[in-house]
Amino acid sequence: MDWAAAPAVETVGLRKVFGSKVAVDSLTLTVERGEVFGFLGPNGAGKTTAIKMLMGLVQPTAGQARILGRPVTDLSMRRHIGFLPEHFRFHDWLQATEFLDWHGELYGMSPAERRKRIPEVLAAVGLADVPHQRLHTFSKGMLQRIGLAQALLNHPAVVFLDEPTSALDPLGRRDVRDLIKQVKAEGVTVFLNSHLLSEIEMVCDRVAIIDHGRVVSQGRLNDLLASQLEVDLRVEGLSAEGLAALQALSASLSVTGDRLQAAVRQEEDIPRLVEAVVSSGAHLYELTPRRRSLEDLFVRVIEEAER
Amino acid sequence: MTWAVARFTFREAVRKKVLLGALVLSVGFLVVYALGAQLSYNDFAIHNPTMRGPAGVGSLKPVIASALSLAGLYVVNFLAGALAIFTAVGTIASEIDSGTLHAILPKPIHRRDVVLGKWLGYAIMLVIYLALMATGVLLIIYVTWGQAQPQPLLGMALMSLSTLLLLSLTILGGTVFGVLANGIVVFMLYGVGLMGGFVEQIGKLLSNDTMVNVGIVTSLIIPSDVLWKMASYVMQSQALLAQAVTTPFFGSSAPSSAMIVYAIVYTAVAVVLAVLIFNRRDL
Repeated sequence: MDWAAAPAVETVGLRKVFGSKVAVDSLTLTVERGEVFGFLGPNGAGKTTAIKMLMGLVQPTAGQARILGRPVTDLSMRRHIGFLPEHFRFHDWLQATEFLDWHGELYGMSPAERRKRIPEVLAAVGLADVPHQRLHTFSKGMLQRIGLAQALLNHPAVVFLDEPTSALDPLGRRDVRDLIKQVKAEGVTVFLNSHLLSEIEMVCDRVAIIDHGRVVSQGRLNDLLASQLEVDLRVEGLSAEGLAALQALSASLSVTGDRLQAAVRQEEDIPRLVEAVVSSGAHLYELTPRRRSLEDLFVRVIEEAER
Repeated sequence: MTWAVARFTFREAVRKKVLLGALVLSVGFLVVYALGAQLSYNDFAIHNPTMRGPAGVGSLKPVIASALSLAGLYVVNFLAGALAIFTAVGTIASEIDSGTLHAILPKPIHRRDVVLGKWLGYAIMLVIYLALMATGVLLIIYVTWGQAQPQPLLGMALMSLSTLLLLSLTILGGTVFGVLANGIVVFMLYGVGLMGGFVEQIGKLLSNDTMVNVGIVTSLIIPSDVLWKMASYVMQSQALLAQAVTTPFFGSSAPSSAMIVYAIVYTAVAVVLAVLIFNRRDL
């Protein structure tokens, strides 16, 4: 298939204006195949509108969006994607199995494929024991699980999950995290929109933070967090040259007596700090790297963007 | 995929007991109607055992039987129209609001499959309903009065067209308005059509051209009632036609093929517009 090499998702200058309100200003991002991509931003940043444009539910005012190298309106491409909407209500008069059978039919799956696949996805989302229960008797958490099953039914190459854990308790969230890791291991690309930053931190390879419909920060999660890496040191007998060497290695450095606090640009700079201290003849008693959380990064990036 | 959506829509109507509810209550209607038909026949037979009308009229039996069957069919036609509006009124509008369509439309189907499939599913249900009910009315008159009415299939086809026209208009409304606004607009239009038909018939009775013209304009705006008038004309017995009675309920002039073509085009345009509008809508 010619889409095998294309990026999972690619948008260029994607824009949506509702009347006089700019929902998405100019969204440019790329999601590579096989990665778990976190799509973050404050409320009203335009995340849901952006996802709706990718799903063909909302027509862009300008710009381009491609999934698996194809325009978002391409039906043959849409056989290979899955989607869990944020606010959904399914046909709740259906039983779990009937519901999945109907969605399988919409995906264009044959009856034989559906019969084989439905028990698999029900088991994967932890609903194997309620195949004949009607959806109107389901709890919110169960509905979210059946929604996930629906999104994974067709063995998608890319799956878009809009707030997949909002109705789940901590155990349910862990199940979904495990499920995301499992589908990633099978080579599925996951496009994840979530408010729960700790969750994003646990599963995502790369993230984009958007605000006012623009990407304000984008990159590998490790790199973004490393730019936030701080190291506490306790050093005795540090010479002026030694201090200068440490300053050269740090993004910022503050000294309080024998305690130093250095912000480094990358993880590799930590052993270099140690070498600089030792080669200057000073004694290193203590070194503690402190990784900032995604939440710190998020708050800083959004505050900078708002400024 | 249109067919898959149509089957799903029909299944939904069955499972949500729309069809069942409509049928159970309609059977109630048929029971009352059958009682009325039988009792009126008994009464008539006692007081006028020869079934003779005034001089020159001949037997009154086919006249009364035909009028009774038209009264029953009038109600059936009204119920089918109301059923078309009530079942389809929320179909697209409420599924946009609730987000049901958000999980459906990203799948590999065209938006037109959703509109056309829903139309087809409801159309099948409504035509089955109408055929069952109209057959019931005609059978009841046949059994109680011993009179068959002419051209039942043509009459039912015209009644079906009237019902499908209302269905198409309701689905079109669902792509534009919310559920409540759609229900009000289409039901009001339905009422305007009925009133236009009354005005036209009374205008004919009084030979008032202005009233007739009002009726004609109304039937161009919403041709549901004029289709019923045609259906009731073709299903009248010769005996009733010979009386040349003009009532607001039954047609008294032959169907015009131009009007039938107009109604078919009207229905098709409503469906095509619904597809075009739904295709462009942000959800």
